[in-house]
Amino acid sequence: MTGDKTRASALTPLEFARFLWTQLTSMRTALSLLFLGALAAIPGSLIPQRPVSPAQVDKFLTDNPRLGGVYEALGLFNVYTSPWFSAIYLLLLISLVGCIIPRCFVYARALRAEPVAVPSRLDRMPVSASAPRSGSAASALDRGEAWLKQHRYRVRRERGALSAERGYLREFGNLVFHISLVFLLIGITWTVTFGYRGTSNVLVGQGFSNTLTQYDEISSGPAFTDADLAPFSVVVEDFEAQFEQGEVNTGQPREFALLTRVVDEPGAQPREYVIRLNEPLEVRNTQIHLLGHGYAPQMTVRDGDGNIAWQGPSMFMPQDGNLTSTGVINAVDARPERLGFEGFFLPTGTVDEMGPRSLFPDALKPQVFLTAYHGPPKHETGVPTNVHTLDKNGLEQFSRPDGSPLAFKMDVGETVELPDGRGTITFDGYQRWVRLQVSHQPGMGFTLASVIVAVLGLCLSLFVRPRRLWVRVDDDRLDVAGLDRADARTGLADEVEQLAESVLGEETRHD
Amino acid sequence: MDYAEFSFQAMVVAAVVYLFAGAAHTVEWAAAKNATAEPPKKRRRVKVLVGAAGGRDEMGDEAGLEARAGDGGARRETENDRLRVDQFGRVGLAFTTVAFFVHLAAVVTRGLAADRAPWANMHEFTATSLALLVGAYLVMNLKWSMRWLGLFVALFSSIGLGLAVTVFYVDVSPLVPSLHSTWFMFHISAAMASGSAFTVGAIASVLYIVRERAERRGEVRGYLAKLPDSRAIDTFAYRCAAFAFPMFTFVIAAGAIWAQYAWGRYWGWDPKETWSLITWAVYAAYLHARSTAGWRGTPAAIISIIGGLLFWWNYVGINLFVQGLHSYAK
Ligand code: HEM
Repeated sequence: MTGDKTRASALTPLEFARFLWTQLTSMRTALSLLFLGALAAIPGSLIPQRPVSPAQVDKFLTDNPRLGGVYEALGLFNVYTSPWFSAIYLLLLISLVGCIIPRCFVYARALRAEPVAVPSRLDRMPVSASAPRSGSAASALDRGEAWLKQHRYRVRRERGALSAERGYLREFGNLVFHISLVFLLIGITWTVTFGYRGTSNVLVGQGFSNTLTQYDEISSGPAFTDADLAPFSVVVEDFEAQFEQGEVNTGQPREFALLTRVVDEPGAQPREYVIRLNEPLEVRNTQIHLLGHGYAPQMTVRDGDGNIAWQGPSMFMPQDGNLTSTGVINAVDARPERLGFEGFFLPTGTVDEMGPRSLFPDALKPQVFLTAYHGPPKHETGVPTNVHTLDKNGLEQFSRPDGSPLAFKMDVGETVELPDGRGTITFDGYQRWVRLQVSHQPGMGFTLASVIVAVLGLCLSLFVRPRRLWVRVDDDRLDVAGLDRADARTGLADEVEQLAESVLGEETRHD
Repeated sequence: MDYAEFSFQAMVVAAVVYLFAGAAHTVEWAAAKNATAEPPKKRRRVKVLVGAAGGRDEMGDEAGLEARAGDGGARRETENDRLRVDQFGRVGLAFTTVAFFVHLAAVVTRGLAADRAPWANMHEFTATSLALLVGAYLVMNLKWSMRWLGLFVALFSSIGLGLAVTVFYVDVSPLVPSLHSTWFMFHISAAMASGSAFTVGAIASVLYIVRERAERRGEVRGYLAKLPDSRAIDTFAYRCAAFAFPMFTFVIAAGAIWAQYAWGRYWGWDPKETWSLITWAVYAAYLHARSTAGWRGTPAAIISIIGGLLFWWNYVGINLFVQGLHSYAK
């Protein structure tokens, strides 16, 4: 399959194009591209990737600004969408297609062709045997042909000889496998182009309806439009989580159950569904997974004037397996000064030399641990504020009389008074929230089908064992030989022997 | 002593006995230093025929694998040498067999202790897939006399089990919920089977390279003379990979299906997925290399060895090193 090694410069453009094509579709190129693809995938598993873990990329950039800059320039934070990775992938795809098409024609011809002519020297074959014989040559060949047909060989009869071949399905499987790879890639491209995936954090007791504004984060393909969002809505009715209580792997998740009430489309009858791990909710072609969960302490902030300046649950973000969570409460409406709080929610709280942290993910001893800020009122700027961090511009931290920053721990029901009558904060209780992921992957079924067909084709290609057998009969002599066309086969000698025996038939047995 | 404790102790014992087996096979190799290659074996004769002609060496029939393995080996040694070599070989095999049954008991009791299949973490996966590997070796040995693999199988299992009871050890605990999936069962059991086959194939490829060099130099002596000829080893390595490759393809597919159920994405380029794909591409390259001029033989064998290393790197290395790298932010 390799092209000839004529110097490219001496060729006309057309010849040069053909030369390139031959090179690109050669087995050697396929081999190199496979290796190159494997090598190119490595950095993405060692360097944090922006689509997977943007926070780690940012941290890497702050920790190693210079190296980070080089990585950035090389696209190493986005390996799998980088131009060079795509180039390898595309070349492999072209090489694959270029390889398959001619092979399909060759195969179609081979299917219609008869087995090859009987070679002149059968004793040169890997396995051969000969024996003296007598009797009718024609009936000997008849017996041989019958035996071969019975063993599913395709037989060609010449004068005084048989040529037989089996195992055509191997090349068929090989073609099916390679073609399925192309279809697999088409399916993936389809999903990437038309699909979307987004997440939304929803408090238990509240609902989610599938519109863009309800997402915390969404990523979608270039051909995606808002109209592709299936118009369903989900109410999160109840969430139950169980964790390992034993000594080994304490706190590891055991069971999650999220009770939802689903309205598949406006006007549809609501239905109940329990989402568990490995059991997503399906609404038409959209899947809703439970990806995570956390706590939202329920707080009330009263300002210096005694008015409620902020009330409600505030979602805190889990930082570790025991759900030590961090978050903020931003009471911008508090007067005379606005107030802000930041700190921890600890489902099973403790404070030790490692600071405030949770010992168990269940809410056995819920506590919040906060520091507080105050500052002059700020005019609405219209700039959306991040609900998970406190912008400390223009804010001043409350401090104790000795000058150290004010920090306080609260149990459920407790109220803390801020210094100088600037207000109070009450820890009323807590709620849970869940992170839902909504995803629509239109090409998935197609991809799956391609994979199944690919594996089946691969099995044919590797386990079907093409073999050629030959028989030549002279007046007093029989020659039989065989050749395996792949390494996957055993027992060639046995089959040659059986064939020889059947050609000789009864006559020789009695000799 | 409860099941978990028994399992642990048995695994330690098995690791030690495998080491003994390895030692016996090492002595076998050393004792075989006087062995020389047999003349190429004649083609098996077709019973009913007279004057069967056998031009070339066999194309990797079982006969080829048996050629100089086991009892048939080293005809030109003195009778004494032969007996001694054979004796150590038998001792090695006996130790391996004993170790295997202890090992099997360890794996089974681990499953009983956990009340589920014993393949939920690195400790269990390593122990179970090594049991599969040794079991396959023993069966193959019964069918085709493949004692020439013995040294490597015993040493590999000893080291692997040694790591399983030290570095990888974790106490019994139930499965995390995302692993409660039929697809996970398919995924992991096929992974263990394909991993064992890839490993045997890689070991054979190492032996192929050594034997093939010796053949080229015309210095097939000592233990090498007891190996099957390089062509038969190469075919055997290929069959291992050809058996494992579709299964490994299925492993990746089942993993993707499971990921789709658990996380709503069938492919997320996490390190494990990425290295599986790399391993898969390398084995695809191996299969291509074997039918590409200039890549047959040693280059292909090197790819098969790289593939086997990649498999274990993906299973063990990624868990130990790369995840750690990724979680450095914590
Ligand atoms: C995504 C890239 C590819 C993968 C994963 C892949 C995989 C495989 C596998 C696993 C086999 C083994 C089946 C067997 O031995 O019968 C194979 C065989 C083959 N592949 Fe590919 N392949 C790829 C691309 C290509 C390309 C681009 C070509 C064209 C040059 C090609 C040509 C062949 C041929 C000719 C065989 C048959 C070899 C033989 O019969 O011994 N493949 N491929």
